Amino acid sequence: MGTQIMTMLGNTGFGWVDNIVKLITGDNKQEQLNVLAKSILVPLLAFGVFLMLWASVASQIKTSLGQVPGPVQVWEQTVTLYNEHVEEGKKEQAFIDRQIKRNEKKLAKNPDAKVKIRPYTGKTTYLDQIWTSIYTVLTGFIVASLIAIPVGIICGLSTTIYKAMNPLIQMFKPVSPLAWLPIVTMVVSAVYVSDDPMFDKSYLNSAITVTLCCLWPTIINTTVGVSSIDSDLINVSRVLRLGWMTKVMKIVLPSSIPMMFAGLRVSLGIGWMVLIAAEMLAQNPGLGKFVWDEFQNGSSDSLARIMVAVFTIGIIGFLLDRIMLMLQKSVSWDKDAVIR
Amino acid sequence: MSNEHLLLSKVTIDFPTPNGPFRALDDVSLSIKEGEFVSLIGHSGCGKSTVLNIVAGLHQATSGGVLLDGKEVNEPGPERAVVFQNHSLLPWLSAYENVELAVKQVFQGMKTKTEIDEWIKHNLELVHMEHAMDKRPSEISGGMKQRVGIARALAMEPKVLLMDEPFGALDALTRAHMQESLMEIQNELRNTVIMITHDVDEAVLLSDRIVMMTNGPAATIGEILDVELERPRDRLSLADDATYNHYRAEVLKFLHERHGRAAA
Repeated sequence: MGTQIMTMLGNTGFGWVDNIVKLITGDNKQEQLNVLAKSILVPLLAFGVFLMLWASVASQIKTSLGQVPGPVQVWEQTVTLYNEHVEEGKKEQAFIDRQIKRNEKKLAKNPDAKVKIRPYTGKTTYLDQIWTSIYTVLTGFIVASLIAIPVGIICGLSTTIYKAMNPLIQMFKPVSPLAWLPIVTMVVSAVYVSDDPMFDKSYLNSAITVTLCCLWPTIINTTVGVSSIDSDLINVSRVLRLGWMTKVMKIVLPSSIPMMFAGLRVSLGIGWMVLIAAEMLAQNPGLGKFVWDEFQNGSSDSLARIMVAVFTIGIIGFLLDRIMLMLQKSVSWDKDAVIR
Repeated sequence: MSNEHLLLSKVTIDFPTPNGPFRALDDVSLSIKEGEFVSLIGHSGCGKSTVLNIVAGLHQATSGGVLLDGKEVNEPGPERAVVFQNHSLLPWLSAYENVELAVKQVFQGMKTKTEIDEWIKHNLELVHMEHAMDKRPSEISGGMKQRVGIARALAMEPKVLLMDEPFGALDALTRAHMQESLMEIQNELRNTVIMITHDVDEAVLLSDRIVMMTNGPAATIGEILDVELERPRDRLSLADDATYNHYRAEVLKFLHERHGRAAA
């Protein structure tokens, strides 16, 4: 179990945790300290320099919303945003509790009375918005992957289909999400008509825009992965007379999985960037909308709150990439390949 | 024993190139008896592998053809199993699973689950790989990979076993081991084998007949040498054997004197 966790941490780039554990348990202190110095101290120093530069530059610039926030103001706003979330949580709990009590009274008077709990409609907090963003991007990404992987496999297997698809792929690949969004918005409002919609239109618009931008790297990488299968392995499948499906499942898919995951990783990174822009315009209640609302709000805290969002977006993007890296390493059969 | 188990009849192949067709093989005719071990030897690039690929069905002859038990060969199939030069195991499967893929494909519906399992293990034992069944190709040595590759081919119960320089990528000691194992297996199973090699000792030691090929383009069979040495053959005692050395000299002469490359 211990080794498993350590391998996982090593796979995700947190291998230095292992060194701390070893330092505490006391094997070979000097060496562990050296490794730690390199893997923690150097990045920490760089971060410190960054904070100092930021603080000194920020204090020089005045905007119509006041001074550009330095690290201190941003930290204050982080705490404020968290407290707001806790407060809202309490309010919601109180709101629900009140309803439960009222319902109990009603039921005590008349056991047949119809009771229901109304959902809390207070303002969404920062943490809720983070969550909205994450599941919106994952929806878009998963839908894109479900389309892109089969398309990539088919393009990789058939040069004719590849030649047919390639110009289209190359043409749509560089299109900005901002160009897709108006079209997506109009199509969704025309097609998705329902009295009791299961999804918000803003959520669909953002997710679909993410999908449209996530498709391409996965398609391209899967195609390359599939078409670069060792010809000897294809000969093996010919000698065995494997059926088409068996060939794809037993030989084509496994051998192209490392390339495929490299593509998925790029796709998710792009998807996350696209999402923020899409949310701004589609008004999906996620981080993008948060940034836009704060910008429109224009209070003296706004810039600091936007900086909090900038860091949140960065850190979540980093974590998503690490998760994909871990997946990529766990499915890669070529243990000699350097993946970072 | 039928006399004409495998027949290559006037096999000629042209490969298309931008400068017109390139004739790789010209008029290759050869008849192989059941249970015979035949080596193809020649300089690299002379089309040995092309002959093997045509028998395997991976290439199609431009004219002429291959008959196996009177039936024409025109597509690859497990009755003509191939041992590839660089093992060609699926790197994401263990040794057992690699053989299993072949066995399940060939004996689908003919063997029960336990029979399949026994057959896989039996073939891995034949090549002395039972101890590393669950290892992946990246975890075993080059010689061991080739052993698994041979086990996979043998497990298909082929009518003809085709080996494309099976030991070419191995070091001399491992190669000697592999040759011993192959002779041992051959002694037991009496397969019909076509093996490509560029190692004279290997050809003489293993074969019943050595087919020597001329250099390309338009390569064809130059000479055929019958190797009449008692089996089982022992490498060490043969080293001093006059007949053995005579055969060796014959092959060397063919390769170096008559068909040595001008610009080798």
